[in-house]
Amino acid sequence: MPASNEFEPSVSPTSRLPVIGPGHTYASINEKISALVLLRGTTLGWLVGFGIAFMIFMMMLGSISYLLYKGVGVWGINNRVGWGFDIINFVWWIGIGHAGTLISAILLLLHQKWRTSINRFAEAMTLFAVACAGLFPVLHLGRPWYAYFLFPYPNTMGMYFPQFRSPLEWDVFAVSTYASVSLVFWYVGLIPDLATLRDRARSWLAKTVYGFFSLGWRGSARHWHRYESIYLLLAGLSTPLVLSVHTIVSFDFAVSIIPGWHATFFPPYFVAGAIYAGFAMVLTLAIPVRWVYGLEDFITDKHLENMGLITLVTGNMVGYAYIMELFYGWYSANEYEQFMVHNRVLGPYWALYVALIVCNIIAPQFLWARRIRRNAWWLFGISMFVSVGMWLERYVIIVVSLHRTFLPSGWGTYAGTFWDWTLYIGTMGFFLTLLFLFIRLLPIISMSEMQMLLPGASGAPQKGEAKP
Amino acid sequence: MKPSSRPRYYGVLAEFESPAALVAAARATHEAGYRKYDAYSPFPIEELADAMHDHKNPISKIVFFAGLTGACVGFGMQAYANLIHYPMNIAGRPLYAWPMFIPITFECTVAFAAFTGVLAMLALNGLPRPHHPLFDVPSFSQATQSRFFLCIESDDPKFDLEGVRKFLEGLKPMEIHDVENH
Repeated sequence: MPASNEFEPSVSPTSRLPVIGPGHTYASINEKISALVLLRGTTLGWLVGFGIAFMIFMMMLGSISYLLYKGVGVWGINNRVGWGFDIINFVWWIGIGHAGTLISAILLLLHQKWRTSINRFAEAMTLFAVACAGLFPVLHLGRPWYAYFLFPYPNTMGMYFPQFRSPLEWDVFAVSTYASVSLVFWYVGLIPDLATLRDRARSWLAKTVYGFFSLGWRGSARHWHRYESIYLLLAGLSTPLVLSVHTIVSFDFAVSIIPGWHATFFPPYFVAGAIYAGFAMVLTLAIPVRWVYGLEDFITDKHLENMGLITLVTGNMVGYAYIMELFYGWYSANEYEQFMVHNRVLGPYWALYVALIVCNIIAPQFLWARRIRRNAWWLFGISMFVSVGMWLERYVIIVVSLHRTFLPSGWGTYAGTFWDWTLYIGTMGFFLTLLFLFIRLLPIISMSEMQMLLPGASGAPQKGEAKP
Repeated sequence: MKPSSRPRYYGVLAEFESPAALVAAARATHEAGYRKYDAYSPFPIEELADAMHDHKNPISKIVFFAGLTGACVGFGMQAYANLIHYPMNIAGRPLYAWPMFIPITFECTVAFAAFTGVLAMLALNGLPRPHHPLFDVPSFSQATQSRFFLCIESDDPKFDLEGVRKFLEGLKPMEIHDVENH
């Protein structure tokens, strides 16, 4: 069966809200999206946004410099809580990245046409979020310049291989595979659009650069045929990959014996949380971009509503997991597990637990109302709550479990220091800097895939031919 | 490149307005007995592969065998490291702890399959190829935007310039261009 059959190129007549605004032709889609890169130029708003993001990014570099100068002692980690902000932020960022793969791969396999206009953007978000996530474990090594010890390589020590029986080593393979496969998937999707930009660009520099990266793509039908099959296969490979990555991240906890971590339901719980946080981040970014760039024809209210629905569903899965955590603690009949539950809800960090419940369980319940799901600014507000809530969730899981474990003589407390916060906030600047560059230099919506949504794009003869 | 070693023309290019017109033209071209021809469009057209009888596609097989190789390499590397290269007794736990090898085996499978697949797609498509005779036709820049093209190439055994031009004119294209080799 030719792979091209897997794509459904026309708008289904039964969809209630359209996935693309009315009156668009092949040429108009092309013009509108490529103009954002080629004709709009560098606006004052972009410069201000980029400038702020870049300054925060510089703060991150400053914070890393001081860390490398002094050592990890500048962070709040101590003998009790050996993993603090670094793993909280690692899990938070990588979870955010997962929504991009979900949109680009899983929704493609499920024939969800509404994914088309947001997938490029969400995949870029994945890449940038994984770049931020990767920084934390590497810096936590203490001597990050030896990070290559984590990979198998021939060396004079005679130990060619790392310890493969450790979940942290699985993380190395999972995250590096995830980052590189996501990059390739994103780039393969970009090739036809880069060729479009090459052919539309007027300046010599733009022609050359886009021409170089488009690899000489010329839209040949025989090329498209192979292209579509590898694109579909990449989606099929990325789907279990994204699930495996967060499963392995949850193994970092579940394979240990710390109360509150040692639970078999961690993998699905973490995957649901990752998708939940990721969709919240896609909403946080897509709503302002759609508004600033006037993309309401392409990112329609249907997209927002569907993303709202996924946020609601995964939010409730996460809520179920919170309830099960309490139940497991009680049902285990293990005094350490029972103490952990008590300490989580009523211990010194109770306020964070309450904030977590408000952000992650109560806030998304507003999405049951269709009026709120279709209102961009309500969605934006709720997605902010979810992003904060998901960060608090990791804080509660990690810090509260570690600060009071088995022996009361070893109890202590933990709080992030100035350098923890500057690094964490700094990575947001890093993320936004990359995102601003992406918006300025690359088409944020896939032109060729949007064109496939028009009636007649399958090549079957029909009555009302789309005008060129 | 010596101009004498290659034919003067790369082929004849016809420009169409819609995907349906291109599919009809490709079908007619195949039925007329031409085999060295290609269609160009800004997005993949579902019906074209059928019209051009373009069914051979080894990508999925390549990806499957690359994935299999990745799985063997991943698992083999871990088994070798733990059993032969550096057996480490950790509290009497078994050295051949195969369930612990599964996550990395899986990641290696995906990595091998994905990278080999993408490289195979580029290699089979003959990319990267920064220049191509078709790029000399000014309106061909529309092939990545909103027009649809069909090119009958000069290395087709049935190719003769006048005959091909006449044939393409019969398909009612918007325009016809001769594509020269440079």
